[in-house]
Amino acid sequence: MNLKPETLSKIDEVITHYPTKRSATLPLLHLIQEDVGHLPPDTSEWVAAKLELQPINVLEVITFYPMFRQKPIGRRHIKVCRTLSCALLGGYKTCAAFEKEFHTHLGEVSPDGEVTVDFVECLASCGTAPVVMIDDELHEKVDCAKAKQLSDQIKAEAKKR
Amino acid sequence: MIAPAKPDLVTVNIDGQEIAVPKGTNVIEAARLVNVDVPHYCYHPKLSVVGNCRMCLIEMGMPAVDPATKAPIMDPATGKQKINWIPRPQIGCGTNVSPGLHVKTTSPMVKDAREGVMEFLLINHPLDCPICDQAGECKLQEQATGYGRGYSRFVEQKNVKPKRTQLGPRVTLDDERCILCSRCIRFSKEIAQDDVLGFVDRGSYSTLTCYPGKKLENNYSLNTVDICPVGALTSTDFRFKMRVWFLKQTNAIDTESSVGANTLVWSREGTIYRITPRRNDEVNDTWLADSARVLYKAVKAADRLAATETIEVLVARAAALFKSTPGAIAVVGSARSTVEEQFFTRHLATALKASAQLVSRVGQGDKLLISADRNPNVRGALVTGLIKTLPAQQLTDLAAQIDAGKIKVVVAINEDLAAAGLTAAQLAKVSIVYLGAHANATSAAAKVVFPTLTVFEKSGTYVNQQFRIQKTLKAVPAAAGATDDLVVLAQLVAAAGGAALPAELGLLWKVIAAEVPALATMTFANLPETGLVLDATPYAALPFVEGETLHYKPAQPAVAAATA
Repeated sequence: MNLKPETLSKIDEVITHYPTKRSATLPLLHLIQEDVGHLPPDTSEWVAAKLELQPINVLEVITFYPMFRQKPIGRRHIKVCRTLSCALLGGYKTCAAFEKEFHTHLGEVSPDGEVTVDFVECLASCGTAPVVMIDDELHEKVDCAKAKQLSDQIKAEAKKR
Repeated sequence: MIAPAKPDLVTVNIDGQEIAVPKGTNVIEAARLVNVDVPHYCYHPKLSVVGNCRMCLIEMGMPAVDPATKAPIMDPATGKQKINWIPRPQIGCGTNVSPGLHVKTTSPMVKDAREGVMEFLLINHPLDCPICDQAGECKLQEQATGYGRGYSRFVEQKNVKPKRTQLGPRVTLDDERCILCSRCIRFSKEIAQDDVLGFVDRGSYSTLTCYPGKKLENNYSLNTVDICPVGALTSTDFRFKMRVWFLKQTNAIDTESSVGANTLVWSREGTIYRITPRRNDEVNDTWLADSARVLYKAVKAADRLAATETIEVLVARAAALFKSTPGAIAVVGSARSTVEEQFFTRHLATALKASAQLVSRVGQGDKLLISADRNPNVRGALVTGLIKTLPAQQLTDLAAQIDAGKIKVVVAINEDLAAAGLTAAQLAKVSIVYLGAHANATSAAAKVVFPTLTVFEKSGTYVNQQFRIQKTLKAVPAAAGATDDLVVLAQLVAAAGGAALPAELGLLWKVIAAEVPALATMTFANLPETGLVLDATPYAALPFVEGETLHYKPAQPAVAAATA
């Protein structure tokens, strides 16, 4: 595990918030995922050693939550809602548009390494369906045209780097 | 001795039967006491309660009292106190008894609940029974018959999961059959202290797995197979070998250490197929070490000895040796022999005017079911008077006497003298009479060899580290060319000029009871299945090697007590 010093200090701090070390499993996994982008294979062992658990105890938690990623993703994470309202108003088309724009498939890293497109469940903005979250930013009423516009924006930013 | 305090008893009513049970008993155990079966999967009496299978749902109620005055509310129809039944089922395993608790295990609500749970459990369970090793001893099979709805409404596709994962060197996992009771996980964590199992991908695809890169390879891994209520965890050794309903079960004792774990030997037509634990809450609970389960392989081992001559010829030859060298004979008995054999060994030593010695075997105790003393019956030799002090690991005295020419004949019973420190030259200097089941350096050097039986081919008793005398029974007939140790020993005693002793256990125990004060009230037939604890006080000063194991705490060493 190659974590940033500030992540390590946050980890040591967050453990003190709980009466038993085991309770800090989830916050630790979040911190590691924020730092690394995903949870590398040695996470279970590292966290287990940190919290005086057995690696299997941590692996059980990691595999339970779909939001913990065990594989690397692209630079940005495009999360397209597919729950009822968004699905009815074209969430699937929006998703297909993103996939086409970045020449990628669901759950994979795009060839340019810029994005990973994923379906997610309700993002709690049903009134403005279909909605898409790109990293922590919510985009409302994302039809195919807006999906293209957002994709172009990402590509433009990528070119600047 | 201080009498143990009476546990607080609580009276409960199960299906109309009143019973007083100790405080802290759960409903499943209380119901067991009135012969009411509460079906369950995840609950195991020796593991923590998790309540995740929901099979043990029961209906429960408490006697009604007036909330204000706490006065009992009577039911005018029956004249008894009214029962407030909880309108939802409760789990029996997680419900501890409380005074006046009423339980229904056969009400329509309970029946419905069980049918519902069974239906969900069977949804993803493969119809493997015809090829499944667990068939015949499968809780899912039994309880589907007893408490299920009898037909399936499931028309969808069943989940596909890994079918033959090697969890470790001895355990194979079929994930599709797993009903996620978590007994194996709790066993590994709580009893074996080797927390490597867990559920990953929890949800519709929950999968039991071992942590990647680790193995379920502790010496207690096969207990997970025993406690698995379905055919998910199977023994790699026993897999696909034999249908369990064809097998005969024989009570036996694990002879690998002085713990004396109780076992069941499963055999058919003279062949042993497996060994499983037998519950004894004072000795091994419901557990057994993996190493104890392969001991049966000694029965059909390639190095089994077989006689080429009749026993009469062999006895005559031994008798000639005894006569030729009076006073220069040594007897090496064994702490692996049964109490009865040790009793005979003592008689043989007396008749030959020889001193008897044993060989000690010491290893590392695992604090669970393998103690440091790897002999199962050192205490038996003490009780029968064969030895007065604890045996040594090496026969140095005997070696010196052989070198000095004082010993000409050695009778070795089940002990390899070479392993006990005698050199090949020393073995060559003496005439050896050997009794044993397997070939070794001693049998090779012996003048007379009596092929005898393994523990699975004979009945007898062992005294374990708690001074608990326990019996083991004959599971399979004697191998061709081998004779019962007792028959051989009885004839040797007679040949040595000793008293005639019966080799039949029922008759023999009358002799033992008469001669051994500690066993005066015992007979072989009336020895309880869980054993009988003998008085250990005469041996309190002996420095036994055992450390702490399950249900055994060594007495404080006298030295430590003196310095304190």
